[in-house]
Order: sequence, then structure tokens, then C-alpha cells
Amino acid sequence: MGACGGCGSKCGKQRGVIRLGVDASRLDYLVALAGNPNTGKSTIFNALTGLKQHTGNWPGKTVTRAEGMFEHQRKRFKLIDLPGTYSLLSTTVDEEIARDFLLFGQPDVTIVVLDATCLERNLNLALQVVEITDRVVVCLNLMDEAQRKGICINDRRLSVDLGVPVVPCAARHKVGLDELVRTTHEIASGALTAHPRHVAANHGTMEAVDELVPMIQSMMPGMPSVRWVAMRLLEGDKRIRQALQTGELLQLAAALASRKVQQPQTLAQAKLVPA
Amino acid sequence: MNTDVIDPGHLAGRDTESCLTKADALRDQLGSSLHDNLVAALYEEAAAIAEHATTQHGLRWSGFDQKIDRIVTSRWLGFPIMLALLTFVFWLTIKGANYPSAMIGDALFWLHDRLEAGMKAVGAPWWLTGFLVHGVYRGLAWVVAVMLPPMLIFFPIFTILEDLGYLPRVAFNLDRLFKSVGAHGKQSLTMAMGFGCNAAGVIACRVIDSPRERLIAIITNNFAPCNGRWPTLIMLASLFVAAALPPAYSALAAAGSVVGVTLFGALVMFAVSWGLSRTALKGEASTFTLELPPYRKPQILKTLYTSIIDRTLLVLWRAVVMAAPAGGLCWLLANLTFEGRSLMEIFSGWLNPFGHALGLDGVILLAYIVAIPANEIVVPTILMAYMSKGMMVELDSMAELKQVFVTHGWTPMTAVCLMLFSLLHNPCSTTIMTIFKETRSAKWTIVASLLPLIIAVIVCFAVASLWRMAAGH
Amino acid sequence: MDTLDDTERTLASLTPGEQGVVQGLSCEGLTRRRFLDLGLVPGTLVEVALRSPLGDPTAYLIRGSTIALRKDEANKISIRKAV
Repeated sequence: MGACGGCGSKCGKQRGVIRLGVDASRLDYLVALAGNPNTGKSTIFNALTGLKQHTGNWPGKTVTRAEGMFEHQRKRFKLIDLPGTYSLLSTTVDEEIARDFLLFGQPDVTIVVLDATCLERNLNLALQVVEITDRVVVCLNLMDEAQRKGICINDRRLSVDLGVPVVPCAARHKVGLDELVRTTHEIASGALTAHPRHVAANHGTMEAVDELVPMIQSMMPGMPSVRWVAMRLLEGDKRIRQALQTGELLQLAAALASRKVQQPQTLAQAKLVPA
Repeated sequence: MNTDVIDPGHLAGRDTESCLTKADALRDQLGSSLHDNLVAALYEEAAAIAEHATTQHGLRWSGFDQKIDRIVTSRWLGFPIMLALLTFVFWLTIKGANYPSAMIGDALFWLHDRLEAGMKAVGAPWWLTGFLVHGVYRGLAWVVAVMLPPMLIFFPIFTILEDLGYLPRVAFNLDRLFKSVGAHGKQSLTMAMGFGCNAAGVIACRVIDSPRERLIAIITNNFAPCNGRWPTLIMLASLFVAAALPPAYSALAAAGSVVGVTLFGALVMFAVSWGLSRTALKGEASTFTLELPPYRKPQILKTLYTSIIDRTLLVLWRAVVMAAPAGGLCWLLANLTFEGRSLMEIFSGWLNPFGHALGLDGVILLAYIVAIPANEIVVPTILMAYMSKGMMVELDSMAELKQVFVTHGWTPMTAVCLMLFSLLHNPCSTTIMTIFKETRSAKWTIVASLLPLIIAVIVCFAVASLWRMAAGH
Repeated sequence: MDTLDDTERTLASLTPGEQGVVQGLSCEGLTRRRFLDLGLVPGTLVEVALRSPLGDPTAYLIRGSTIALRKDEANKISIRKAV
């Protein structure tokens, strides 16, 4: 994919990834795989874990939540393949499963898989995910297909605009997965921190959000998704309301805040220029 | 940051309430357009980021995809192409499976004779040889010889069509029909999954959001013949339909009759969906949105590997595990006697009048009862039952296989009725359990299990009666 | 796309090859949320791509992907035709 300057020399065959299938005997990091339907999440899942989750070219074929393991640099990762959704806002069953896992499952990293041939639609989901968690790696998948269709994407620009690392991939040909795993590991260990961009809604809405945020923040210091919680409360989201009333959210905030973060060791590698 | 001091129970009180009250007050001020504004803002931002990052614009629905889509969804060619593809898949399966079937049969029955001789040489008692070799081994050999070759051809082709992205186009073409019976268009995707395995098809019904339409899809998934039933359908079509015609047309005719049975299954599925959506599952149509993904070049080698290793061997293994005990059971039934008659004769004798009314016989019904755990072993069980009655047949070709059936009184009518029964009868126990897991309702599980059986009985009875009337018996 | 037709009509009134710009949605609840999630917010350009052999549903190009909607649904989306 030289012409695009997309992956070029960065792409190599997978090295240093040991596929462990379902062997979950020891676990260092929990990784969620989110994305629109039919973006190749299952292909990435299979390539990393060595499992054989059914793949097929139609949206919605992954209906059960698949789990698998892989190892990278002596750390063991559990990978959860979430159902593909266009959004996390309309509270269908799939979306609720994905959203609840991203929030309450406390993944150490969330990989958002984007279809490079349909960036705009896929970014809509990515922007929603980074509201919930800042530990995000974007996997810009189907780069080969995009190239074939004459679409070129500057992944560095995308990374700067989103404020999270972006790794171009062609998962079907196992291209870019090495880099994806390395970046995921760096985010998990804290060697790399993302500073996601948050979307501003219209003026009135943002004023209301700004009024609520300090109240929520004082209740749950260290919570990464205060803005998101505020928006859900403004929308009257029953699940989030309930989670606040039962104390579930407060416990979650405490757990997230106390999460161990290693001292950054390889900050030099950080290719991010957060805005 | 010291987080140990946070005590959720303590804090959850006053702060929470004031926060929620504030949120409610703000929501009233903002009005109902809040959600619209949020989504609009997200898309505006997404569009801006995408525009900034895209250095060269292309067309996702490119010229090639457009051309293919215009053909496969065209008014005149859309349906003929679907039918032609279906026929082609079955034709290739039937034509291609003949040769390896005969070879595998030869090999396995060569081993059968050696085993028999071996047992004799070590002086094993007749009942042990009978149980192990004539019962268990022969059951296994039949399952492998009859099922393996068609699966090796059918699964990869089907997987390639799935990888290409053709299935959503089928759903697009057929949605109007599903809508007219009050079902969801994605039901055709779940039916397509059912062609592989009904349990998987039932799970796939989760792609349908509306509970009413999802339940219709779950209950009717059984009318998509699965892995376990294709070999039965294909074998019967090859033996009784193809053999009646000159060789030049035989494979095509057999393929045509499998397509015919599949279409009949679809017809019953539509009829039952219609009936359900007008009675017990009445309701409005839910929102239907279906994405037509870009076509993708299938990975042929990978497809071959995964469909052989994952699907074929898995299905075969399940069949083998189920067939071995069933083979033993058949041998026991055939050789344990009560007042001079074997248990097999007694049981099948009881079932015979009922079987006869359906155009079948007692042994076939007995085989269906034995095969409730797995549809795969119906035909092997029938064969074992027939052959264990003391008659030895050297089974190494399709013609001799047919001879076994014909000597037991099978006619083309038996074959047709058996194909229909196989298509329509109750789901296997795995699927029934899956239905219960998915619906969490004993009532709907019972409906989904018994409704197909009742339909199968009615249809077979009607066909057999009409056939006999037409034949003048 | 150069200019927009003056009259508001529904998406279902367009034929394959025609384009329109979303003005609003006349539905509430889950259906509305579904449409919004697909990117059918005001100002979005939509092109009619394919019609099913039986005349319904119709596939539309919406923000880069091809999405099929039934006629009843397309009738809830008001647009102005691009001329």
C-alpha cells in the first residue's frame, strides 16, 4: 500500500504474538474489540487468538460475545469480541451489551475497528467510544480494500485529530496486526496515553453538560467518562440513572481510579501529538 | 489519589439525588431535541475528521460492485440467479460426491470384511462380532461413506458464497415476501445460517431486534434443512429421482428435486410465519435496515481449510459419536428376541400402520425416534435396521444401496415422503435446547418442536394418500 | 449536487440514481434513533442505489454505505430533491 503511505514498511507478518486460544489460566490485561458490523472484528479476533470464530461477509453474524487469549512480551491478554454496532445510543440489545461492557467491564484497552472504506460512518462510533474510555487504540482495517477502491487515508492526521493511536491494518492478510498488538500493549501498560477529542454538541446542550459535570466529578473523582455520564443523565437514560442510584457507578469510578498504571518506559515511542 | 476512602453506600444518598434532580430540570429545559442534536454533532464531527484524514476520495460502492448489484437484484434476473445458484450448488455436490462415495465405501467395507475375519480368528463369540462389527462399525462406515463426500463439496461452496457477500443481496431480494407474511427481512439470513445448522440459525435470530419477529424466525428456522438433513435429501434424490432418468440428466434432475424440496421448505416457512403473525404473534412491523456490504474476494484456500476442518469434521464427528451407539442399539434391537420375534420387528410392527399412512414404514419412524439427538444418523439407522435382519449385502455402490431399500418395499413415493418428512419434522435435541436458551420460554420451545412435527405428519399423509389415489391403490 | 428542489417530499418518492438531502424525520422512539444512528441527520445527502426485484425495499447510499430501507420507513424521511 505504498501509494497511500498507509502502512508501507510498518506492515509485517505477525511476530511476537503467541496465540493462546481459550486458555485463560492467567490474565494481565483485558482488551475489548468494538466496531461497526462487518468491519473485520472477527478476523482480527481469530488472527490474534488462533480461535475460529465464524466470519462471513454479512453484518451481524457475530451474535455471541467471543472471548480468547493471546500473549505478547510475556503479558497475557484476554480479548473480547463485542457485537458490531453502528452506535451506542439507541439501546438495542447489541448496543447495550457493547456499551455495558465498555463501561462496567473495565477493559484495560478498547480496540475500535474502523472500516477504511467507510470512514465517516465508522468514526461516529469511535467518537462515542472515546467518550466512555480514554484507553483506546483505533485499528484502521480494510486498508487493502480501500486502496483497491481508490481511497487513501492519512492515518497520522487521523490519529492527531482523534487524539488516540491509529494503526492501519489489513487483517485478512495479517498486515499491521503486530503494530496493533504493540500499541495495545503500550496503552494497557500506560507507556502510551491517549488524549481523545470530545465532541461538542450545540450551545444549550453543552451548557447543561457543564453544569452537571462538576457535580458528577465530585462524586466520582478519577472517572474518565464524566461527560458521557452527564449526557446520559440529560437524556434520561434509565440504565445509567439506575447505576448511579444503586452505587454501581461509584464503585466503578473507584475501581477505575485505583487501576494500576506502570511508569511509562518507552515514551520515546509515543507518536502521538495530543491536541 | 487516595481512592480507599470512597464509600459508595455513604455517598450514594444526597449527592446522587441532587444530581438527578438537576439533570431532570435541565432535560426539561432542553426539550426533546437533545438526542437529535447529540447525534447530529457526532456525525458533523465524524464527517469533518474523515474529510481531513482522507487524502484521496474513492467510491466504496465502486463501478464493479454497482454492476454486479444491478444484475443480482434486477427485476428479471434477481430471482432466476438465486435459483440457478442454488441448483448449481446441489448439482455440483451430487455430481461430485458420487465418485469419492463409492471409493470410501469400498475402502471401509474392505476393512469391514477384514475385521470380521479378525474377530473370527481370535475366536470372539458371535454376539460380540455382531455387536461391534455388524452394529457399531457398520453404522460408522455408513455415516462416513454417505455423508463425508457431499459435505466436502457443499460446505466450501456455501462458505464461499457467504464470504463473497451474496447473502445480504438474497435478503434484499426476498424482503418483500417476508414483509407480506409479517416477518423480518433478516429472517432470510437466519434461514441461510440454518442451512448450515439450525441451532446456529436460531442463535443468529438475535440480529432481529423485535421480539415478535425474532420469535417467528426462531420457530420457522427448522424449515431450512440443515447439515444433518442435506445428505439424506441429496442421497434420496440421487437414488430415486436421478436413477429414473437417463444418465445425461440424472444429476441435474436430482439437484432440481433437492431445490424443489428446499423451495417447499421455504413455502412452509412463509405459510407458518404468516399464520403466526396473524394469530399468536400479531403486531406491527419493526424498523428494517439492512446493510449491503461491498463484495469481497473469498479466500479460497482458507475457506477450504476451515470448512473441511471446522465444519465437515465437526459435523462428521458428531454423527460418528451418535451413530456408534445407535448402531449398537440397532443390532441389539434386531437380535434380542421376544417370543421368536426380534424387538426391532415388534417395535417397527407397532409403528408400521402409522408409518404406512405417511408413505413411510415402521423402521423409518423408529429410526427417527433413535435419531432425535442428531438428524445425521437417520438413514444409517434405517440401513442398519434393514441389514441387521440377517441379510448380508455387499454395500459398495449406490445401485446396491438402492436395492436394499427396494427389497424393503420402498417406492419413489417412499423417497418423496421421506424427503418431506426429513425437511419438516421436529428439530434435533441440540436445536430444541438452543431454542429454550434463546426464548427462555417452555411454551414457545414446545410450539417450535411440535408444530413442525404436526406439519410433517399432515403433509406426508396428504402426499401419500394422493399418490396412492393417483396410482389407483 | 447543485441546487435543491423547493418542495419537501419523502425519500420513498425518489427513483434509482436520484439524490436528495435529508430535511427531517417524522417518527419517534426506536425508529428515529435507528435512522439517526445510520447518519440520517438533517443535511445528509442520500442517493437511491437499487430497487429490489419485487419493488420494495430500496437500497440507499448513506454516508458511504449501501443501506436498504422498506418503503414504509423511507416515507418517514423527508427530503428535498437535488436537481
